[in-house]
Amino acid sequence: MPSEPNHVLEFPGGYTRSTGPVIGRFLTELRAGRIVGVRTAARTVLVPPLEYDPATGEPTLPDFVEVGPAGTVHEWTWVEEPRKNHPLDRPFAWALIRLDGADTSLVHAVDAPVKAMRTGLRVWPRWRPDRVGSITDLECFVPEVTTIVANVRTEYTVTPGAALARYLDALRRDVFLAGRCPACESVYVPYRLSCPQCGSVIEEELEVGPSGTVTTFAINNLPDPRAPQVPFVSAYILLDGADTPIIALLSEIPAAQVAEGMRVRAVFEGGTVKWFAPEREA
Amino acid sequence: MRPVAVAAFAQTTHTGHDSGLSEPELILPVIRAVREQSGLTEFGFTCSGSCDYLAGAPFSFVSALDALGAWPPIQESHVEMDAAFALYEAWVRLQHGDVDSALVYGFGKSSMGDLREIMTLQLDPYYLAPLGLDQLSYAGLQRSAVRGDFPAIARRSWESAQTNPYALKLPEPVETAPITDGAAAIVLVAGDLLQERTNLAHITGIAHRIDPHYPGMRDLTRSASAAAAATAAGVGKGPVDVAELHVQFAHEEIVLAEALGLPAGTLINPSGGPLAANPVMATGLIRIGEAASRVMDGTAARAVAHATSGPCLQHNLVAVLSRES
Repeated sequence: MPSEPNHVLEFPGGYTRSTGPVIGRFLTELRAGRIVGVRTAARTVLVPPLEYDPATGEPTLPDFVEVGPAGTVHEWTWVEEPRKNHPLDRPFAWALIRLDGADTSLVHAVDAPVKAMRTGLRVWPRWRPDRVGSITDLECFVPEVTTIVANVRTEYTVTPGAALARYLDALRRDVFLAGRCPACESVYVPYRLSCPQCGSVIEEELEVGPSGTVTTFAINNLPDPRAPQVPFVSAYILLDGADTPIIALLSEIPAAQVAEGMRVRAVFEGGTVKWFAPEREA
Repeated sequence: MRPVAVAAFAQTTHTGHDSGLSEPELILPVIRAVREQSGLTEFGFTCSGSCDYLAGAPFSFVSALDALGAWPPIQESHVEMDAAFALYEAWVRLQHGDVDSALVYGFGKSSMGDLREIMTLQLDPYYLAPLGLDQLSYAGLQRSAVRGDFPAIARRSWESAQTNPYALKLPEPVETAPITDGAAAIVLVAGDLLQERTNLAHITGIAHRIDPHYPGMRDLTRSASAAAAATAAGVGKGPVDVAELHVQFAHEEIVLAEALGLPAGTLINPSGGPLAANPVMATGLIRIGEAASRVMDGTAARAVAHATSGPCLQHNLVAVLSRES
């Protein structure tokens, strides 16, 4: 049909069809939120129920048994673009579902991500609240609950501590503040109140950098709120005069050209370090 | 059984779009062609296969009779199925022994509506149709059950169709039969008319069987009904040079080849099959016509034709055509 239709075939109000006792029982049970099958003379359970056993042609027994409500997906096929008559308006799977206790499979829709779809998937019905006695009283089937999402959010007011506050204050003046251990003479940046190696109290303050050397680095391909452009480079930089490296962004150079041992210099902006950049030849 | 043979076969040059011809206009040339081929202008029995839902008009098959010139009144019947099943009815009619010729034709213009959803209307109205289960969806369920090299089937069908002047000119292989408009006709003869002719494809066996309608009540990897029909038609009683199978989806060929017990050397769908042209309601009849043509032109001594109806190969007809009666 290449264009908009100019002819419609429709039977106003639809056909009224008798269900007979077997299909009628199934649809009545569906309306009540239950799924039943019918037993054959061979003791198999047909779901949905038929008036005859398709294997023998013999009438089925007047013996209805509740099945499911859960079942197992056998064959399935994915619908990327649902049609207007389909049960769901988003991508879904058609599946042959073997309900627990049944010996045949029910054709119905499964509302699940395509990655979750597989033969053997356990599914449960999702019922319509306004049931009328139709196969569509089952809106669709959905996978079993196997995971939950646990949300965490708590709120704080934090302070940097005495040493880090002095360090950040110095950064506002474009200065890296360090501390030298009186015992082992290690120079730590950021500035700290005690030596993490020997425990001595640090009293001597000194300025280090703003130039330094890249000791190692990583190229990051997942964006970060602080570095939305990818790829970006985070580097360990040993500032001149310091014995411990700091971690910082490295920019103004293609990621592939960054190398260990590279000389870099801090670029200050707005009272903090924007990033480090390759040191220009004087 | 009373011997019956195919004496003539014609089909339209199928199109993937509405060529502007009405259904009687589509049928007219193929009716004329089989009349010329068979040398018969009147037939003891006439039977057609079509689907009113394709045209969206009740009793649309009645107007198709305009293409025959059905006056004075003729003995005529119709099936709301592929015309291969109309051919079966004509074969049964010829078994009565009082008439010696039958005209069978089928036609369909899938271009006018949405075939995938029209096929939903053939499903049971209680359990399947309300879900909106369309043709591609139920075929997809069967496809997921079947293992095989579907692209290879599509490619071989496409390559075979390059030498079929009636097939669509598809730019690349497809695993789903294309939307097609077209028609076909066959003349069957029996009794004295058999004796007068030499260029015939004898129907040495023909049978159809049906599986449960509901796909969830079947093993979709197999076709029990196609196997039963093949046994009843006597497929295994001799070599099979050519098989024309009603394969609307590539995976169906794997199911059918196994069910029919086709030997390894059988040439399957040398016409390209329905994956190259699928004028719904004529497609199955064309399988019989193509198989008969191979027998009549001498490229096959014994050929098998298959036609299907219903969801996931529910209903299957198998015919064996032979040079020898």
